Amino acid sequence: MSPVGLPYFHSVTLDPDRCVGCTTCIKQCPSEAIRVRKGKARIIAERCIDCGECIRTCPHGAKKAVSDSLSALGDFRLKVAMPAPALFSQFEESISIDRILGGLLALGFDEVFEVAEAAELVTAATKGLMEGRMAGTPDAQPRPLVSSACPAVVKLVQVRYPSLIPNLVPLLPPMEVAARYVKEVLHPGESGIGVFFISPCAGKVTAARAPLGYEKSAVDAVIGLKDIYLPLRAALGKAGKKPISHAGGAGLAWAMSEGESKALGERRSISVDGIANVIGVLEALENGKLKGIQYIEALACPAGCVGGPLTVENPYISRSRLGNRAISLMPTATSRSLGCLGSLAWDNPILPRSSRLLDPDMLRAMIMLEEIEHLVGQLPGLDCGSCGSPTCQSLAEDVVRGNALETDCIFRLRETVRELAGRLLALEELKPPGLDTE
Amino acid sequence: MKYLYTVRGDDFARAGKASTEFKHVLSQLGIDPAVIKHSSVAMYEAEINMVIHAGGGVAEADLSPERVLITMRDRGPGIPDIDLAMTEGYSTAPEWIRELGFGAGMGLPNMRRNADELKVESVVGEGTTVTILIRLPTAGEGK
Repeated sequence: MSPVGLPYFHSVTLDPDRCVGCTTCIKQCPSEAIRVRKGKARIIAERCIDCGECIRTCPHGAKKAVSDSLSALGDFRLKVAMPAPALFSQFEESISIDRILGGLLALGFDEVFEVAEAAELVTAATKGLMEGRMAGTPDAQPRPLVSSACPAVVKLVQVRYPSLIPNLVPLLPPMEVAARYVKEVLHPGESGIGVFFISPCAGKVTAARAPLGYEKSAVDAVIGLKDIYLPLRAALGKAGKKPISHAGGAGLAWAMSEGESKALGERRSISVDGIANVIGVLEALENGKLKGIQYIEALACPAGCVGGPLTVENPYISRSRLGNRAISLMPTATSRSLGCLGSLAWDNPILPRSSRLLDPDMLRAMIMLEEIEHLVGQLPGLDCGSCGSPTCQSLAEDVVRGNALETDCIFRLRETVRELAGRLLALEELKPPGLDTE
Repeated sequence: MKYLYTVRGDDFARAGKASTEFKHVLSQLGIDPAVIKHSSVAMYEAEINMVIHAGGGVAEADLSPERVLITMRDRGPGIPDIDLAMTEGYSTAPEWIRELGFGAGMGLPNMRRNADELKVESVVGEGTTVTILIRLPTAGEGK
């Protein structure tokens, strides 16, 4: 089932010095990808979907995304900053988008290109797809289409809802479209161009390094929004007065829930945000419950990308700000037309990769399942997490997979100790026949 | 290998739990995604029917390398005319259920579309048993 030779790259990692081995993250992880072992949280690479839920919930700040730093600017001749529209939601509305972009230039970037502009291109291509007039895509694509803009959702579908892979919109996400536009249209054939995406989430870091649906990303580095926030704030004062923003309101609104579907103008759509809610909607879709729905905009973070794990502001404050910015703009980019980039279709299909598979041999898997069922019956069912696995069910799976011991359960351990003590007492009662007087 | 699930008739919010749990089992076994989808849709429809019409029941899912066999048994009112019930759009669901988006009379026809074989046995006043058979494309190998 797994693609040959591909390591399971994921960008969420642990800072072992900060991790105290509590069980907060293992309980919050929607793909049950974390275990506490030897007092530290370990991420199971092939299960992590990079949603960043653990980054958001770790009380000790021990989870982070591997991203690049501003020092990477020195590696390139011409540095282009590509801010996700979520960046503008992190600043008060009194600070204009032009000023924020100017701040990026003051930080050492040579040019800026707003990903919101590329989002408009993706909207147009998606409309074409919905109306069945895009070449090179499967004719009978099932409905509803599921947006592929959120990389965590794409990974979730791949590992947990593989039957829904045919529903995914087979188009490049705005980040990638923007990066290709910069390199192929604005600077064709030039060398030394460095494209820096400013990201609200860990998922986009992964999408830039190990993308799904395309071979290699045109993004050269990803800087976490919260890493650039303070330097950028400090640079605002040095920002020029020149108007440099091109993006329209529709593209800007992609960073918040309902933005995508409103831009599409499809009323028979569902907008869902927050990974647990996304799971609920995909579950309903797989059960055949969503008849008549044409489009699903699914975003892993609360309120959409504005609530990304690498943002600094409250998701709902951010959404409100971004909404206000979007309505004060023209709906579409005004000052230039972005028509010259080729097809936005995926380069290659996404293959299923079940993270739940017990064994490739079905009979062997069936035996393991029976062992799991038996073991679950012996566990207390409290899902306390003390064993380091998120639930009793997952501990049973870990034991049967050979990754944990039954006595990792403190209740099972206590029972074992009690049994042992009983046997010791019984042994103590036995006396050699010579001493066993009446 | 058999799995038994109790479908509660008094809790609409939990309707669909049995099919979700069985789906988890199928994905652990590496069953083909298309088969998982057919099985989920058919079992989910049957489960919803049980909750709406029959006050719950028992779902039994039996799995072998060749097929998935799902048997849904209830002690509900029974179906007087099975052929009529299999007609698309025919429904006896109460208004409030329709307002929730269910009871459009697509349940049994949808089960038939997703199953390789569907058997509906019913005795009025005693209950209904729906048997859904779905064949697995390749036996043994985990594709």
